[in-house]
Amino acid sequence: MAAADIARQVGEGCRTVPLAGHVGFDSLPDQLVNKSVSQGFCFNILCVGETGLGKSTLMDTLFNTKFEGEPATHTQPGVQLRSNTYDLQESNVGLKLTIVSTVGFGDQINKEDSYKPIVEFIDAQFEAYLQEELKIRRVLHTYHDSRIHACLYFIAPTGHSLKSLDLVTMKKLDSKVNIIPIIAKSDAISKSELTKFKIKITSELVSNGVQIYQFPTDDESVAEINGTMNAHLPFAVIGSTEELKIGNKMMKARQYPWGTVQVENEAHCDFVKLREMLIRVNMEDLREQTHTRHYELYRRCKLEEMGFKDTDPDSKPFSLQETYEAKRNEFLGELQKKEEEMRQMFVQRVKEKEAELKEAEKELHEKFDRLKKLHQDEKKKLEDKKKSLDDEVNAFKQRKTAAELLQTQGSQAGGSQTLKRDKEKKNFF
Amino acid sequence: MDTLRQSPSPCSSRPSSPRTPPFEMFGPVGIEAVLDQLKIKAMKTGFEFNIMVVGQSGLGKSTMVNTLFKSKVWKSAMPSLEVPTPQTLELHSVSHVIEEKGLKLKLTVTDTPGFGDQINNDKCWDPVLGYINQQYEQYLQEELLITRQRHIPDTRVHCCVYFVPPTGHCLRPLDIEFLRRLCRTVNVVPVIARADSLTIEEREAFRSRIQQNLKTHCIEVYPQKCFDEDINDSILNGKIREQIPFAVVGADQEHLVNGRCVLGRKTKWGIIEVENIAHCEFLLLRDLLIRSHLQDLKDITHNVHYENYRVIRLNEGSGAVAQVVERSP
Repeated sequence: MAAADIARQVGEGCRTVPLAGHVGFDSLPDQLVNKSVSQGFCFNILCVGETGLGKSTLMDTLFNTKFEGEPATHTQPGVQLRSNTYDLQESNVGLKLTIVSTVGFGDQINKEDSYKPIVEFIDAQFEAYLQEELKIRRVLHTYHDSRIHACLYFIAPTGHSLKSLDLVTMKKLDSKVNIIPIIAKSDAISKSELTKFKIKITSELVSNGVQIYQFPTDDESVAEINGTMNAHLPFAVIGSTEELKIGNKMMKARQYPWGTVQVENEAHCDFVKLREMLIRVNMEDLREQTHTRHYELYRRCKLEEMGFKDTDPDSKPFSLQETYEAKRNEFLGELQKKEEEMRQMFVQRVKEKEAELKEAEKELHEKFDRLKKLHQDEKKKLEDKKKSLDDEVNAFKQRKTAAELLQTQGSQAGGSQTLKRDKEKKNFF
Repeated sequence: MDTLRQSPSPCSSRPSSPRTPPFEMFGPVGIEAVLDQLKIKAMKTGFEFNIMVVGQSGLGKSTMVNTLFKSKVWKSAMPSLEVPTPQTLELHSVSHVIEEKGLKLKLTVTDTPGFGDQINNDKCWDPVLGYINQQYEQYLQEELLITRQRHIPDTRVHCCVYFVPPTGHCLRPLDIEFLRRLCRTVNVVPVIARADSLTIEEREAFRSRIQQNLKTHCIEVYPQKCFDEDINDSILNGKIREQIPFAVVGADQEHLVNGRCVLGRKTKWGIIEVENIAHCEFLLLRDLLIRSHLQDLKDITHNVHYENYRVIRLNEGSGAVAQVVERSP
C-alpha cells in the first residue's frame, strides 16, 4: 500500500500572484450578501433607564413604528426586564428586532441590587448561546441569536452630572455589552447647559473607568463620520411619535406653548445622529463586537470556571476533549451510583413489604386456629349437654318402665278397666 | 464513519424562533444599510478558498487550476523526463493571494500527484481523506480553545474537483470507490478531463452514463439535492445537476483566433477555445466554482461537513484522539 506523505509548501509565506484576466470572484461579497438576506438579520437592543425617561417612545421613533406595551408604573418592587421581538421588513431585508426594556429601574428605595437582574439577563443570553455552541449536534446557523448587541443607557436630564446609580450600573455592564449612553428628554435642557452636561458626563465616565462603545474608526469609509460622532457622545435625544405640520411638511415633533421641537432637526437634538450610528452605519460592527469581544470574554471565564484549560506546549493536544471525557465519565459514574442506590432502596422496600405480609399471614393463621378451637369447645360443650340430656331421657325412660311394671303388677289384682283407663292415660302420655 | 446526511438542510430562510408578528413601519428606517456594512466588512477581512484537485497524472489538473484562476498558480505542469513519477501519493498545497477590484482572495490549491498511478491503487483515497480530516481537526481544535483567535484561519477543503479520464465508457471502479468515500466528507465536483478527445455525441453519452453510475451508487456530488433551500435554488441547481460532470479543457497559452486573443489549445485540425461554450464547458465550471456558488461551497463545508465531522469526533471520545494524533505529522 502506498505510504502517504503530506508536504505543505506555502510559497514564501503566501505571495500575491497577478491575474491575467477577469476571473470573477469580485462577486463574492454579493454572494455573501444574498445568503445573508435570505437568512435575515437579527438585532437586539437593551434599553436601561429610569421609569418615565421615554425609552419606549424613543424605540417607536427610531424604528418608525408603534410597538405595543403600556407604560410601567412606579410601584414595581424590583427591577424586571421586559423583552419583545418584532419582525421588520424593509425592501428585501428582514430584521428580527428584539427590544428589552427595564421595568422599575430606579424606583426602589434601596437601589443596591438594581443592576443585578440586568447583568443576569445578559449573562443568560450568553449562556444560552454557549450551550448551543457546545452541543454535539448543533444548528448554529439557524439559531436565533438573543445576545444583546447594543445597550442604550438613558441618562436623566438633570443638567448636573451622572447619578451614582448610573455610574455603578454602567461600570457593571461595560465589560458585557456595548454601552451607548444617551441623554433622554433633552428638550428639558438648554443648549449651553447641554454642552456642559455632556462634558461633565464624559469626564465622569473616563475618571471612573467606564468603557463605553466607541464607533470604529479603522475603516476609511466610515472613519470620518464615526470620528466626529464619537465626539458628540452622549447623544441628546428626544422621542416623539406625534406628527405635526411644520411649514408644509409633516414632521415628528413636540409642541409646547413656547415653540415646537423637531425630532429630526439636527440643530434641535441628536436623534438623527443616533439613528445613523445605531442602524445605518454600525449595526454590523455592534454585532461583531458583541460576538468577538464580549461573548468571547464570557466564554473564556465560564470555561475556566468549569475547569477547562488550554494546553501548554508539551501536554497532550486535546485537553478540552479529555476534560469533556472525564466529565462525562464522572457523570456516568454518578448516574450509575444513583441507579445502585435506587436499586438498593427498592430491594429493601420489597423486603419490608414481604415481612409485613408475612406478619399478616401469621396473624390470619392464628385467628383461624383460635376460631377453630372455639368452635371445637362449643361443639364439645354441646355434645356434653346432649349427652347429659340423653342420660336424663334414659333415666326417665327407665323410671317410666319401672313405674309401669309396678302399675301392671299392682292393677292385675284390681279391675282391668282402671288398667285400661290407666293404660289409656299412659298411652296418652 | 457511516453517519451521513442525517443533518437537516443547512440554512432555512428564517431563524427558528417563536412566530413574531410582522410590523409595519411608517417610513424608511435604514435597515438596508446593513447590507453595505456587511460588504465593507467582507472586503476588509478578505476571503479564503481552498480547492483540491484529484486525478491521475497527465489529466491536466495543474493546467486547469491555472486556467481557472488566470494566473500561474502552479509553475510548469509538465514533469521532466529525469524526475521519476512519484512512487507514493503526496499532497502538495500552495497558497496564493489574488486580488480583483480591491477584493483579496487567499486561494489554497492542493494537488495529488501520484493518485491512481500505482499498480495497486488499493486505499489510495486514504491519504486524501486523511488530509481533509486533518484540516477539520485543526479547525475544531482552534474552535475549542479557551482563548480563541478573532478569526480562525480556515484551511478546510471547500471543494474537491475530481478529474475523470475521458475513456468514453463509464466510471471506473477506482473512480466509483473514491467518489463514494469522498462525497460524504467534502463537496465533490467531478469533471471530464481532456474533453477534446471526445466528440460532442460521445461526450453526451459519456455524461449520461456517468450520471447513471453516480445514481446507482448513491453518490451525491455538489450541488447536493438535499441542501436546496427553496424552489429557486432547486431550479438553478437542477440545471447544473443535469450537466454534471462538465467536459473541460484546460489551456494556459493564448492564440489568435479571428483577431481576438483567446486561451486555447492549438492542434493541426483547429484551435480549441477554452472559453467558447460550443467547444467545452469550462465556462460553466468556472461560473459554478467562482462566480455563483463559491460562498455556497464554503457554507456547506462549514455547516454540514464540518458539523458532521465534529459530531463524530466529539462522540468518539479519546480513542479516536490517539488515532488522529498518530496520523498528524
